[in-house]
Amino acid sequence: MNNNTNPLARKDTTAIVRAGLQRRYAAEKRFKWYGLTAISIALLAVVLLFADILIKGLPTFWQTDIRLEIDFAPQIIDPDGRRNPDDLSLADYSALWKKSLRQLFPEVESREELRSLYALISSGSSLQLRDRVMANPALIGVTQNVDLLADDTVDTFFKGGVDRELPEAQRPLKDDQIAWLDKLKAEGKMETRFNTGFFTNGDSREAEQAGIGGALVGSIFTLLITLSLSFPIGVAAAIYLEEFAPYNRWTDIIEVNINNLAAVPSIVFGLLGLAVFINFMHLPRSAPLVGGLVLALMNLPIMIIASRAALKSVPPSIREAALGMGASKLQMVAHHVLPLAMPGMLTGSILAMAHALGESAPLLMIGMIAFIVDIPTSPFKPATVLPVQIYLWSTLPERAFVQRTSAAIILLLLFLAVMNATAIILRKRLERRW
Amino acid sequence: MNTTATTINSATHQGTLIVAQAEAPLKTGPRVIDYNDRRTVGDITVPDPKMVCRDVNVYYGENHAIKTVSIDIGNRQVTSLIGPSGCGKSTFLRCLNRMNDTIPGCRVTGEITIDKENIYDKNLDVVQLRARVGMVFQKPNPFPKSIFENIAYGPHIHGLAANKRELGELVETCLIKAGLWEEVKDRLEEAGTGLSGGQQQRLCIARAISVNPEVILMDEPCSALDPIATARIEELMDELRENYAIVIVTHSMQQAARVSQRTAYFHLGDLIEVGDTEQIFTNPQHRLTEDYITGRFG
Ligand SMILES: Nc1ncnc2c1ncn2[C@@H]1O[C@H](COP(=O)(O)OP(=O)(O)O)[C@@H](O)[C@H]1O
Ligand SMILES: [Mg+2]
Repeated sequence: MNNNTNPLARKDTTAIVRAGLQRRYAAEKRFKWYGLTAISIALLAVVLLFADILIKGLPTFWQTDIRLEIDFAPQIIDPDGRRNPDDLSLADYSALWKKSLRQLFPEVESREELRSLYALISSGSSLQLRDRVMANPALIGVTQNVDLLADDTVDTFFKGGVDRELPEAQRPLKDDQIAWLDKLKAEGKMETRFNTGFFTNGDSREAEQAGIGGALVGSIFTLLITLSLSFPIGVAAAIYLEEFAPYNRWTDIIEVNINNLAAVPSIVFGLLGLAVFINFMHLPRSAPLVGGLVLALMNLPIMIIASRAALKSVPPSIREAALGMGASKLQMVAHHVLPLAMPGMLTGSILAMAHALGESAPLLMIGMIAFIVDIPTSPFKPATVLPVQIYLWSTLPERAFVQRTSAAIILLLLFLAVMNATAIILRKRLERRW
Repeated sequence: MNTTATTINSATHQGTLIVAQAEAPLKTGPRVIDYNDRRTVGDITVPDPKMVCRDVNVYYGENHAIKTVSIDIGNRQVTSLIGPSGCGKSTFLRCLNRMNDTIPGCRVTGEITIDKENIYDKNLDVVQLRARVGMVFQKPNPFPKSIFENIAYGPHIHGLAANKRELGELVETCLIKAGLWEEVKDRLEEAGTGLSGGQQQRLCIARAISVNPEVILMDEPCSALDPIATARIEELMDELRENYAIVIVTHSMQQAARVSQRTAYFHLGDLIEVGDTEQIFTNPQHRLTEDYITGRFG
């Protein structure tokens, strides 16, 4: 190194570096601020979204009841006294609570007025009474206080959703109805309790009877089928491609196509499912079976990619160690690689399942958007799923349905959060160092 | 001097392929062999060979990594492979237990026998070969399992231990032979990966001898270890030599001189010189060997 040829020898390098420092620090500081601003905006959006959903959705978890003294009159329920279950189930139970209401408000006489009086109670109350009697026929002839489901407008009214100041014509409840409710309330006959029906009921046209149960069971069936298909197939495919497949043009093509499939819009899988599973294989329409199949197809590429990444992350030294001991390739994979890759695969599959849980577009294509009251008892029965139920409710104008939409979203988000948390915990738990 | 040597090497590199080792290897001569002669100097045979390699070529795709190498691996002695980085020592070592099979695009030609059986024969089972030719890697790579399981794995997959008690005894024997027993006997259930680097490498050696191999290959087994751990492993090699044929790749010429009885010097895929360790280090015949062991390049 000759000083004559080194251009830096003539300069005060320390001073130059120091002069530049100011600018570098400023740039760093600016970048920090950009980052903070971005995060704040994102956080604010999340907080606003959650606050809106919580405020709208939380009231759903409470339900207003009206306590009526019901006379389980034998002449209405079982006129010929044979206690035949068929007769019991066909009886006119609405007569029971209507009679009880009339006794409470004897001044109401005209048909018009009576109709608006009866409108305070949910039509589901008759079923409620029937179930009670069917479960315990000894009730017949007894007089008992029963908490009956209030109509959704009443429920909304007691949750503060109806403005008394509005002109009568713009209110869902009329003046006389409000007067009756006030009286019931004053007599302590109005009650608010935890809304178990929301979790156990299927869908209904009546908001107060509509529950998420059917969609929940539908989602569970669908996801079980998706998981039981996509996990083993995905893992097996990943193991083959990563550990056994030769490196050639075919495996290259397969790899490229798997990556492409992962990017295919989900609705395309729905169309495929419609064409193959329903039109060609004649599997039942609207069934979780088909939904599960479609989502399994959709998840497969994601599962394969996640599993391959997990396999790739197992250090080659472990493979060498196993092969060097004389393990066969399958033994190497089964004894050493798979146990190490499993946490990554499980995490990947849970995230893929969370993705599937929130998916609705492909399920619309195979008819899982039908209005279904019964809770499905098997994956072959028509059903809907959580996100589709949310969509269905969101199109309805009743305030109670607006609230149920938000409540269903809360549940869906809760499930997603639980699944993601499980994935993180699993990863932390099973993670091994080597 | 240094630069001149390198220039000559690269200039004549193409020519070396043609020179090849078609003729019989040169016997040790009185004169020093010049840089551009790539025929193997020294006696490639030993009186009691465990493995015999003849005209071994290895290609990684287009890259000709081992060029017509012939050498005997002697029984009950340590053979060390030395040479500058990238000269193919590890590649050659991996030929001896067919670990090269696992590398896509790697092709091996020539003949390698163990007790006169060709190891690249179609009928020879590679699983069985690897039970006969154990390997210890550069970076200690115990399985992320307990110390016990690490040793028990080989016997388990090959079905060597008849019962639990025998397996326990086997594990103990291997750990004693590897000089690790006293340090780990109270924590056999703890993770093998929790040991220190030197202990891990001895665990790997114990694991390698657990299937009672005939040959042990070691690829720079001490390069990740401190001098004390290195000394322990070298001691161990000296003991193991009584029962096994050992081949070790090393970058440390002192180590080669200390532990091995025979030394082979590789250069850019060619086996340049082979002979008794003492002779190689005191009286190298080839200029390349001389340059390397005197530290002029490498
Ligand atoms: N897995 C591999 N794939 C392709 N080329 C390799 C591989 N391993 C080694 N090589 C090449 O083979 C030559 C010899 O490498 P190696 O045997 O690792 O040398 P050494 O162990 O003596 O340092 C080098 O040119 C290297 O680039
Ligand atoms: Mg090497």
